[in-house]
Amino acid sequence: MSRLLIWRKLVNGVMLSLTGVCTVLTVAALFAILGLLIYNGGKSLSWSFFTQLPAPPGELGGGLANAIVGSVQIVGAAALIGIPIGFFAGVYLSEYEDKMFASVVRYVADLLNGVPSIVVGILAWALVVKPMGGFSGLAGSAALSVMLIPIVTRQTEQFLREVPLSLREAALALGANKWKMIATVVVPAGSKGVLTGMILGVARISGESAPLLFTALSNQFWGGLTEPTASLPVMIYKLATSPYDDWNRQAWAGGLVLIGLVLIANVSARLVLARGVSVPRG
Amino acid sequence: MSCSMGTTAAVSATAVKGQSQAGDTIARLITVIFAASLLVVAALLVFQLFSRSADARHQFGLGFLSSSAWNPVTDEFGAWPFIYGTIVTSVVGLLISIPLGVGAAMFLSELAPAGVSNALTFVVELLAAIPSVIYGLLAIFTLVPLMRSYVEPFLKATLGFLPLFSGPAFGVGYLTAGVVLAIMTVPFIISVSRESLLAVPREQREAALALGATRWETTWQIVVPYAKLGILGSIFLGLARALGETMAVTMVIGNDPKAHVSLLASGYSIAAVIANEFAEAGGRLHPSALVELGLVLFGLTIVINGLARLMIVATTSKGSKRS
Repeated sequence: MSRLLIWRKLVNGVMLSLTGVCTVLTVAALFAILGLLIYNGGKSLSWSFFTQLPAPPGELGGGLANAIVGSVQIVGAAALIGIPIGFFAGVYLSEYEDKMFASVVRYVADLLNGVPSIVVGILAWALVVKPMGGFSGLAGSAALSVMLIPIVTRQTEQFLREVPLSLREAALALGANKWKMIATVVVPAGSKGVLTGMILGVARISGESAPLLFTALSNQFWGGLTEPTASLPVMIYKLATSPYDDWNRQAWAGGLVLIGLVLIANVSARLVLARGVSVPRG
Repeated sequence: MSCSMGTTAAVSATAVKGQSQAGDTIARLITVIFAASLLVVAALLVFQLFSRSADARHQFGLGFLSSSAWNPVTDEFGAWPFIYGTIVTSVVGLLISIPLGVGAAMFLSELAPAGVSNALTFVVELLAAIPSVIYGLLAIFTLVPLMRSYVEPFLKATLGFLPLFSGPAFGVGYLTAGVVLAIMTVPFIISVSRESLLAVPREQREAALALGATRWETTWQIVVPYAKLGILGSIFLGLARALGETMAVTMVIGNDPKAHVSLLASGYSIAAVIANEFAEAGGRLHPSALVELGLVLFGLTIVINGLARLMIVATTSKGSKRS
């Protein structure tokens, strides 16, 4: 073998192994993150974590019950606002496309998707906190729903588009009107994918803390949609940056609970509901 | 008799037809209204960012962007330390995540069997689903001590003659924030780059291999250049995400409103200062200045995201047409 060939084979081997190393490093990062959370969070997780209010500084014990309930309230209200808007907008983009308007909506949806979450928080502050004269869970929901709408819109559009044309033609040929075709054929056929998109969207917003910092704020006690409300992500932030060891431990436990919820939603949405259309493509 | 039946049928048919057309019109109208609401939200966002920052914009003008003064007590506000911190942390993050992400994407698209590649990509995409406050939590308690006791002393010992690695090392600062951003942006770079690499037609690889190129030469000289726009798009996507990232950066950047040359020093980013000060900002100018920072951040991410999408659309459609 010539010198050059040996050199080229050497470069080939080294560089290809390096790409493997890059992959291993990235995948290892996920397992390191999960391992650290399970190790540190598991130590601090207890029954009272789910049932009690946060303890005052310096006192041991307590839990994040109010933050868990608060997160459910805020995210629940955000889903109630965001999912219908996003769903119908997605149906429009997939079924009623008029070239100009639809492409503007599609572009704006992508643009909204890329807006930093903290900036979305400013919008909710200006539209809800300012006029209502105070921080509230509802303001937090408004911020999260603004993040949810473009996600659901684009996912709904994408999965409805995958419904085969032949199904639509069959429905129309049987005499269905367009809206009947959409409601009884297209949406049911694409429902798995659409549902997956909704679950992924809700999972994504339930981990957000930046837009809640100055909308829902936080609360040491039970909140509600009309008053400042604690949420799990914001609480983790407050506890992790506090100087108290016991609070830091609670932050780890909160982190474990939050990532458990988010990952279960993600894995089940992607694996169990699987991808795409519930009927074979024709 | 038969004649009258015929008319009834005709009449009812017209009625049904009229009804159904009304139904279609209503259904269409409903979806149009919801679709238009996205435009309303976007318009409100832009309008509120402009109107709520009016006080600061009139007070400081364009000097806001270059001034380094940040003092809520004396009502002096300048954005430079935050813009600087945002850009420096993002660049550090990308310098780490680009080689890592593009390397992994090459492995996943060119070397790994399809099953393994899909499984690993699934795992990598889970990284993108982890909430940023969790990255911050891990960074505070594991990465910061690691940087303080091992990485930063090592950098000072070897590269300490450079101003970039001078000064005391506390563990928090631009470099640590950059490392966190690297981990957070890598899944985006991998998943989009992999897709554009997979969109490169098979014939391109076969031709190169048939001419005697090694696997690496094929990948690096043929496949990667073919997909370069998509890879660049993935990098811009990662950059947009890094610029707007709030919680993880806030927790490890050190929160010092000054621009420092040393990467080991504490700094501040646009998103971090909004997160820390907005809830308690009083008076007229302080909230207004923070909203103006939000406007700057909004502008930056919109431009970068727009470029990223253009590039990704260009490559994927090019690839699918030729394959």
